[in-house]
Amino acid sequence: MYLSNDEEKILNGEQGEAAQKAMQLITALGDIYKADKLIPIKSVQVAGVSYKTIGDAGIDFIRFFKEKNAKVVVPTTLNPAGCDIENWKEIGFDENFVNKQKEIIDIFGSLGINTTCTCTPYYIGNRPGLGDHIAWAESSAVSFSNSVLGARTNREGGPSALAASIVGKTANYGYHLEENRKAKFVINVEADLKTKTDFGLLGVHVGKIVEKAVPAFKIQNSNVPEHYMKALGAAMAASGAVALYYIENTTPEFVLDDSPEQITVTNDDLQKAKDDLTTGESADLIAFGCPHCSLEEIKEIADIVKDKQINKKFWVCVARQIKKQADEQGYTETIEKAGGKMVCDTCPVVSPIEHMGYTTTATDSGKCAKYLPSFCKQKVIFGSAEELLK
Amino acid sequence: MKGRVIFKTDEEIKAEALVSKEPIGFLGGVDPNTGEVLEGDIKGQFVKDKILVFPTGKGSTVGSYVLYQLKKNNVAPKAIINSEAEPIVVVGAIISEIPMIDKIDISSIKTGDSITLKNDTISL
Repeated sequence: MYLSNDEEKILNGEQGEAAQKAMQLITALGDIYKADKLIPIKSVQVAGVSYKTIGDAGIDFIRFFKEKNAKVVVPTTLNPAGCDIENWKEIGFDENFVNKQKEIIDIFGSLGINTTCTCTPYYIGNRPGLGDHIAWAESSAVSFSNSVLGARTNREGGPSALAASIVGKTANYGYHLEENRKAKFVINVEADLKTKTDFGLLGVHVGKIVEKAVPAFKIQNSNVPEHYMKALGAAMAASGAVALYYIENTTPEFVLDDSPEQITVTNDDLQKAKDDLTTGESADLIAFGCPHCSLEEIKEIADIVKDKQINKKFWVCVARQIKKQADEQGYTETIEKAGGKMVCDTCPVVSPIEHMGYTTTATDSGKCAKYLPSFCKQKVIFGSAEELLK
Repeated sequence: MKGRVIFKTDEEIKAEALVSKEPIGFLGGVDPNTGEVLEGDIKGQFVKDKILVFPTGKGSTVGSYVLYQLKKNNVAPKAIINSEAEPIVVVGAIISEIPMIDKIDISSIKTGDSITLKNDTISL
């Protein structure tokens, strides 16, 4: 791989050990994937934040960068943590866990990273545009930025994203190259797509079929809200490893490979996907916000529960800034009056709900339903917000 | 045998091989405090001071951090040889300063063989 003089100097340690380590990571991965050069990036999303997922090993790893006085050189945002950092006691998080989590967030903050913990950085100002090269971790955010925004990123891991934020560059391979962004599958959707949850189911079904490839959807709906696309992409990234998809007449790009494979999706396919995801009978927690809710999604939940009392614990997971907007609009009050909690900084998947007495969790998210059994040892009930809050 | 240098093999390393025929996932697969392998065909063996030979990595990306813990706890392998490197092990080797090489036909290496590794070449 070609390196400029300045890049060589970083690799030789002339800008310190942290930048050298970051450059070693980026160039080694670039060599493995046969990149020709490094390219500048506009922003980074770092994953590997929850103490539940990275443990003490992860703390040791990120502390290295702090001890070497590393600083990020491009706008960088952070994935969800394992608990609500402010309201943890009321929600029921363990104090020792919270202290470890705070240490992790403080270390990331010392590197210059925005410490609002969210999987939807595009709601809080980290929103790339069409054609922008970025280096993002968090599979749902990768899918959203590539597909809905038309940015260019690979599915980075925690360390490679962190390295890119310190160097401000990534290796030029994979989804940074136009030839790898062509759809190998056309998905002709005959099924009815009425709710966000239907889009999640479609994602669970199609992710399994196409695995790592790029699918291009042809659907009946003429107007697809952004949060429906968020649900579709998140589910495909969890059931498969889809990093990019297109929807005809909807996403900013729609690029097909020569003679793509044709797939048809029916109502029966979605019903089967729903049945497969459902493993529980009665939920002790209903969790919304996987990925984190937009203000519009919070409003939808508030509208459903207005003047009602929900007899189960229910969480609405959001980025802290979005909760502030929900406070101002009165949605938070409506949800809390109905017995719900606005939960910031975390989500049902990366928080330790299995240690908080929950065994069956209901969700409206295909991604969440896919991960709850393995990450949180939960039985799952899957349905739309309206079904779950009946 | 010649391979591809992934990380820092410019100083000669000589050690005993520990060969896993199965891919290794470090999170859950190797104890970060003792270096004991917890699953697969070399279960119960210790990676400390060995040249760890396996086809490729697998499993959680947190595995990179486990390699870093092994190094900090002084129970890391002296070097890693893979048939085909993948990002989890590569990231772990680099951050932990463990010499690593790939593109090696590992079928001819047996546990207990004495291996010398320098630059892009290994000899038994």
